[in-house]
Amino acid sequence: MSAVTVTDGAGPPAASPAPADRAQRRAARRWYRQPALMAGIVIIGVILGLAIAAPLLTSYSPIVQNLNATLQGPSAHHLLGTDQLGRDTWTRLLYGLRVDLRIAFIAVLFPFVLGTILGCLAGYFGGWVDVIIMRLVDIVVAFPFYVLVIALVFVLGPGERSIYIAITAIGWVSYARIIRGEILVAKRQDYVLAAQAGGLSSLRIMGRHLLPNVITQAIIYAMSDIVQDILAIVTLGYFGLGVPPPTADLGSMINDGQNFLSTHWQLTTIPGLVVVIVGLGLSLIGDGLADLLRPGQS
Amino acid sequence: MTFVGRRLLQLVPVAVGVTIIVFFMIHLIPGDPAQTILGIHATPRSVAILHREWGLNRPLVSQYWLFLDRLLHGNLGQSLYYGVSTSSLVLSHLPATLWLIIYAAVLAVLIAVPLSMIAASRRDGIRDHVVRAIPLAGLGMPPFWLGFLLIYAFAITFRLFPVSGYGTGVAGHLRSMFLPSLTVAIALAPVVIRSLRASMLTVLGADYITTARSKGVPARRLFFRHVLRNAVIPAVTVLGINIGFLIGGTVIIENVFAIPGIGQLMINSIFQRDFPVVQGVTLVFGVMVVLINLLADLSYAALDPRVRFDR
Repeated sequence: MSAVTVTDGAGPPAASPAPADRAQRRAARRWYRQPALMAGIVIIGVILGLAIAAPLLTSYSPIVQNLNATLQGPSAHHLLGTDQLGRDTWTRLLYGLRVDLRIAFIAVLFPFVLGTILGCLAGYFGGWVDVIIMRLVDIVVAFPFYVLVIALVFVLGPGERSIYIAITAIGWVSYARIIRGEILVAKRQDYVLAAQAGGLSSLRIMGRHLLPNVITQAIIYAMSDIVQDILAIVTLGYFGLGVPPPTADLGSMINDGQNFLSTHWQLTTIPGLVVVIVGLGLSLIGDGLADLLRPGQS
Repeated sequence: MTFVGRRLLQLVPVAVGVTIIVFFMIHLIPGDPAQTILGIHATPRSVAILHREWGLNRPLVSQYWLFLDRLLHGNLGQSLYYGVSTSSLVLSHLPATLWLIIYAAVLAVLIAVPLSMIAASRRDGIRDHVVRAIPLAGLGMPPFWLGFLLIYAFAITFRLFPVSGYGTGVAGHLRSMFLPSLTVAIALAPVVIRSLRASMLTVLGADYITTARSKGVPARRLFFRHVLRNAVIPAVTVLGINIGFLIGGTVIIENVFAIPGIGQLMINSIFQRDFPVVQGVTLVFGVMVVLINLLADLSYAALDPRVRFDR
């Protein structure tokens, strides 16, 4: 009957919290009651669904050209018309979303992990570890984000791998700052002092005791960070430094369309609008998560 | 030590770090940098010349020393494409970029102050919610795309402003640079609105506001003399922190509107694979941000004496 004792140990203390407190906590847990979060999840869900189901939603190829049908307006055959090489815009949009979202969601993971680890070390150990890591942060933020991303991708050579490296090299800074700040506060709390007094290793205290309590802020920030990453990927694509052609990418679609702005404005505006909608959805999720995970703050 | 002295001392490691990062850019190039930079038409002789010029066959530390020594003499290297020094290229392109940055910052303040006042005047009212919704849509907007929308609306459809260019004379600059500056300002405004609204709400809750109200200070005077004055200081700091974002945005916008600034110089040099210029411009951007942040900190200390005695 060891399971019972374990449950007893981990369960709430004998004196149960006041009913009002409990009700509030239960309400906060009802994530589906958060309008912002729900709206964001629906938007991102639809967009992800469109991207994943791309081959089912269109019979065209995103890269095969049809020079007999260039720059057509919307029609029954081509829902959003065609571009200057006769490729179906709707198809390229769906496949472009696939590429850009995949890169953005992968790209956000590396700085998240690296920044969290470095921020943890800086905050927990302090001293020279902190000094070195925070000086590095100062140096990286001295460069404008886009300047360093563009310069790094250029030097490393265009392509997906360079995007990951550039975004990681710059993006970890924000996570390190957030986590460090949280750890500085959390490490003075009684539960950490108790763990230290109990002789637990620093690694265990950081991983098991501190991290679960401070990671929330990093997760909330990650939502707006994905938005920034998508913008960076689209911007790189626009400058021809992103995924090499002919692969569809929202940035290169905007770039292709800019020469036809006065006659075929939809070629430029529609891919950008999709980026805005994705950004809106992720921001709503971020705001909703913030309300849900840190109630009482706004 | 005085605040100014301490702040200047903090600058040293950052400045050294910035030069190290820019120096290492060349070494991130896969393979032999000289071979890659000169491209497929490189002769062994030209590769050897570049090797000698950059000291590529020396140890890294000595290469960095050479780089730093040239830098301190104002030498950012030689452009491979234009055949002139990078520093002269940067100097000739700098005015347009500075115009854009200052113009955009002014427009951002002109947009953000009224909107955040409207939002803060009645917390959680309809107007507050509308203003707070703006950043949600604005944050995910690709800046260059916003530029195209403005071009399409104001330059192509209504023909109010030129599609691109820098203009001549102050009046010409003001007209030609309006759309690009507005683009950067709209991208920057959400961040400023957020912080300005929050600091206005804090100020509105302060005791001295209650005192002023109870004395019968008229609403207009209350807002401008008591609230705005005190709320603006944190917003200026936020503007200073985001100056990197502002400057980064100009790189993109200069290319959309064909403004001959250092952002356009950077992108053009990327297309021409002109490494020394890309390297030099990156360094200049870094130095610019560091200096502007220093300026923001110093002016903040001048505005608020408490900062000077902190720590």
